Amino acid sequence: MAREILFMKAINEALDQAMAKDENIILLGEDIAGGAEVQHLEEANEDAWGGVMGVTRGLAPKYGRERVIDTPLSEMGYMAAAVGMAVTGLRPVAELMFSDFIGFCFDSIIGQGSKMRYMFGGKAKVPMTVRTMHGAGVNAAAQHSGSYYGLFGSIPGVKVVVPATPYDAKGLLLSAIEDDNLVIFSEDKTLYGMKGEVPEEYYTIPIGKAAIKREGKDLTIVTIGKMLYVGLEVADILEKDNISVEVIDLRTVAPWDEETVLESVKKTGRLIIIDESNPHNNTATDIASVVADKAFDYLDGPIKCVCAPNTPVPFAANLEKLYIPDANKVLTVATEIIDDLRVK
Amino acid sequence: MYKSMEDIRNFEENVKRFFAAGEIPGFVHLYAGEEAIAVGVCAHLTDEDYITSTHRGHGHCIAKGGDLKGMMAEIFGKATGLCKGKGGSMHIADMNKGILGANGMVGGGFGLATGAAMRNKYKKTDRVAVCFFGDGAANEGVFHECLNMASIWKLPVIFVCENNLFAESTPQWYSSASRTIAERAAAYNMPGVRVNGKDVVAVYEAAGEAIERARKGEGPTLIECVTYRNHGHFEGDEQTYKAPSGEEKEWAEVDPLEVFRQYAIENGLLTEEELDQLREESVRDIEEAIEFAKKSPEPSPESLYQDVFAD
Repeated sequence: MAREILFMKAINEALDQAMAKDENIILLGEDIAGGAEVQHLEEANEDAWGGVMGVTRGLAPKYGRERVIDTPLSEMGYMAAAVGMAVTGLRPVAELMFSDFIGFCFDSIIGQGSKMRYMFGGKAKVPMTVRTMHGAGVNAAAQHSGSYYGLFGSIPGVKVVVPATPYDAKGLLLSAIEDDNLVIFSEDKTLYGMKGEVPEEYYTIPIGKAAIKREGKDLTIVTIGKMLYVGLEVADILEKDNISVEVIDLRTVAPWDEETVLESVKKTGRLIIIDESNPHNNTATDIASVVADKAFDYLDGPIKCVCAPNTPVPFAANLEKLYIPDANKVLTVATEIIDDLRVK
Repeated sequence: MYKSMEDIRNFEENVKRFFAAGEIPGFVHLYAGEEAIAVGVCAHLTDEDYITSTHRGHGHCIAKGGDLKGMMAEIFGKATGLCKGKGGSMHIADMNKGILGANGMVGGGFGLATGAAMRNKYKKTDRVAVCFFGDGAANEGVFHECLNMASIWKLPVIFVCENNLFAESTPQWYSSASRTIAERAAAYNMPGVRVNGKDVVAVYEAAGEAIERARKGEGPTLIECVTYRNHGHFEGDEQTYKAPSGEEKEWAEVDPLEVFRQYAIENGLLTEEELDQLREESVRDIEEAIEFAKKSPEPSPESLYQDVFAD
């Protein structure tokens, strides 16, 4: 049965149901139970924070501190340990508080976890999930707001998921945890408070499959994460102009769903990609290059990418607002490629 | 143990020979001269226990029971290699033997061993994980993070430092603020012991104590085995930075195989004839491995794309 719950609750519920199903699933990360005095916790078996945003709250009392492990502030160490746990048969879900902290633990992802299966001739698997948080919009400034899913997506052996709705968050996280590979599950911190319909039961959504959130015939807008809502807003505005926009929520950055995107572009002939990450070598540019390569003859205009500027995320509210792609920016580039439609 | 030491020595002498002849591609980092450490530690381990290794991984894999033919074929880049020719010398792994891979990342093993130990503890087994690492890796941040975590959680992991006095070209006395690596254990509230890494019996005893502690749930130990890197950082390294004198020269001149032979004879463990026989057996085993490697096919072109992901 579906009911409306918060995005963060959908993630919590996915973790809860996954842990209930498989005792090999272990959560580890900073403050994921914690913050309170350990002696007390062992007696009362309660958690305090449940992660910096409260996403894991309630799991430590339910599954115990053997399975919900508060780590020291040692991103490099515990992320590396998660790879060791995964390669020896557990299914760790490691929380990296902010994806900006990845610098400390990139060896686990680039050097070890993503490569072990290949380097060892297919004789190892690394079934681990890294839950992390990205995105600007809460004035957290440069070191707590970056969007790096594209960076992770360029590493062979890594899957990257960026959910946009509570429904997708639950189903995709369950798929990520079931997956026998290293999956990075990047949550937009500004979505945690969003409500949406989520079934109570256990369900999965395939990794690598985009969702057509709105059908259209004149222009395709591909969005990543919360950019979905920018895409939908633009579609509403253009509809009043009799321009029909197809909005595709990519959902998975690596692998991304070439088939759905190419089919849509072949139908509409026009493409805009909205991506909150920095503009170079990101998912948007990758999609643009693949579409230019494989569907050039179907295009009626240039492919446009609407991304964050090539700057770190600023602190001041007015600057941060300028940083995040919004409907106005998308409409500006849309105007350039749909002029011919308007003339009609 | 003596056979295992001979295997490592013969294996490596042949790797050196074929590398020089251009028959082995890539980088090769030789372990010969440090055999006593891998063998002394792994003698306590079963296939159920885990090890993580280093750039200089042949010795650890052999001591842990890695298949000699599969290892040699891997180094030759053949399809029959333990990693189907995809890993090479720096990434030899054998999951069935608990070998979680040689590692091309200095310090790459700390987290893997710590995680494997977390697994062992969670599963309530008495299996242990051993992390072999060099003196250079002791200066990586991940060393400190993992020793701290292993200690607070009393994990069944043994950190075995092979202090061969050099990190690439940089001498240990220059790059380490502490006189020894073992004394760093104090900062993480675990035992730190320093042993003669050329003496397999000394290593065996220190490792035995540490592994027993770990199996009993008493937590990690840091063991520093002092040895000497007889070879270059990699094969072809001219080692212009080396000028052994004094204590270093003494370390360089000790051959752990000879030390063990003398010990075995003096203590009536093995006769000279028996030792020679083991040496001959080893030579034969390695010859077979070489023949197997040379005769094996190269990986198929389509295997380039295989095993990026688990299905």
